[in-house]
Amino acid sequence: MNCISCIDYIIIGIMVLSAVFAVEWRDLLAAVVGMAAVSLFASLLFFFLQAPDVAMTEAAIGAALSGAVFIFAIKRTRRFETEEEEKPGWWVRW
Amino acid sequence: MVSILKRSLAIITILIIGYWLAVAMSHIPFGQDKMLVGQYYLNHVKDQTGAVNAVTAIVVNYRGFDTLGEVTVLFIASTGVGALLWKRKRERTARVPGSVVLTTGTRFLFPFIVLFGAYIFIHGHLTPGGGFPGGATIATGFLLLYMAFTVYEIPHKGFEVTEGLVGMSYVAVGLIGLLIGSYFLYDWIWQTWHVGTVGKLFSGGFIPIIYILIGLKVGTELSGIIDNMLKEGVSGND
Repeated sequence: MNCISCIDYIIIGIMVLSAVFAVEWRDLLAAVVGMAAVSLFASLLFFFLQAPDVAMTEAAIGAALSGAVFIFAIKRTRRFETEEEEKPGWWVRW
Repeated sequence: MVSILKRSLAIITILIIGYWLAVAMSHIPFGQDKMLVGQYYLNHVKDQTGAVNAVTAIVVNYRGFDTLGEVTVLFIASTGVGALLWKRKRERTARVPGSVVLTTGTRFLFPFIVLFGAYIFIHGHLTPGGGFPGGATIATGFLLLYMAFTVYEIPHKGFEVTEGLVGMSYVAVGLIGLLIGSYFLYDWIWQTWHVGTVGKLFSGGFIPIIYILIGLKVGTELSGIIDNMLKEGVSGND
């Protein structure tokens, strides 16, 4: 089995997983960490796809700066998402 | 009941749009060599621009006007953040000082981060990178300073003056090209004098100059955005 492509698939899997977590977590600080993880693994993927300049930009802006901006916003507002009034089942929320 | 109806309607709409997009994408021949313009750039990039890195040669030289627009967009974004968060008197309100590990690590790492950012944008025509990644890297260094020290602020006067001067110099470089050559952002250094040898640091026409300008501009602007986001208005004094 070609191992370079299997690394690619593992990274894509982690990206999808952290994206789902970033949407689902009620703790917004944890959600920001999930979003930054998506950017970090995207930058790794860009590096493996031979685009190092895009990887550098993604790591600096996506992982560091935008995460910091979100954390500043959370610091000024509230940390936890409020519960919705009506809770439909998981099949509708997905 | 209404909510479930609404959500299922949204899901059905998304499925229909997704199906259309998938059908449209399936007709695009990805990975096939059909790009005539790209091949032209790859064949002529060395003798037309003097740069080894074809990506930055396209971004700065062939499509320099677009890059000027991008810099303008960033400037407008920074101005918007400043205008939205404007207060007469604003200060840093952080109370918890950074831990020993954070402050010591920041003192040790900050010069290297700035050096690496400067390396990225000075060598933009030789190695991957350019003004935008280099400037963003420098801004992360300033973000680290803001995190570690509760009283730290960027030197506002110097940063604002640098930002304005650098933006004007980009337009000035383009106008000199208009004067010497025939069009705005004409590569006057490479096309008229052929300064330097291809592959060395002193080559690439005006690409290194413009990328140094862009790197300084992006670094100062993103640091200014961080500063604007972090400081809070002090009420009660005015």
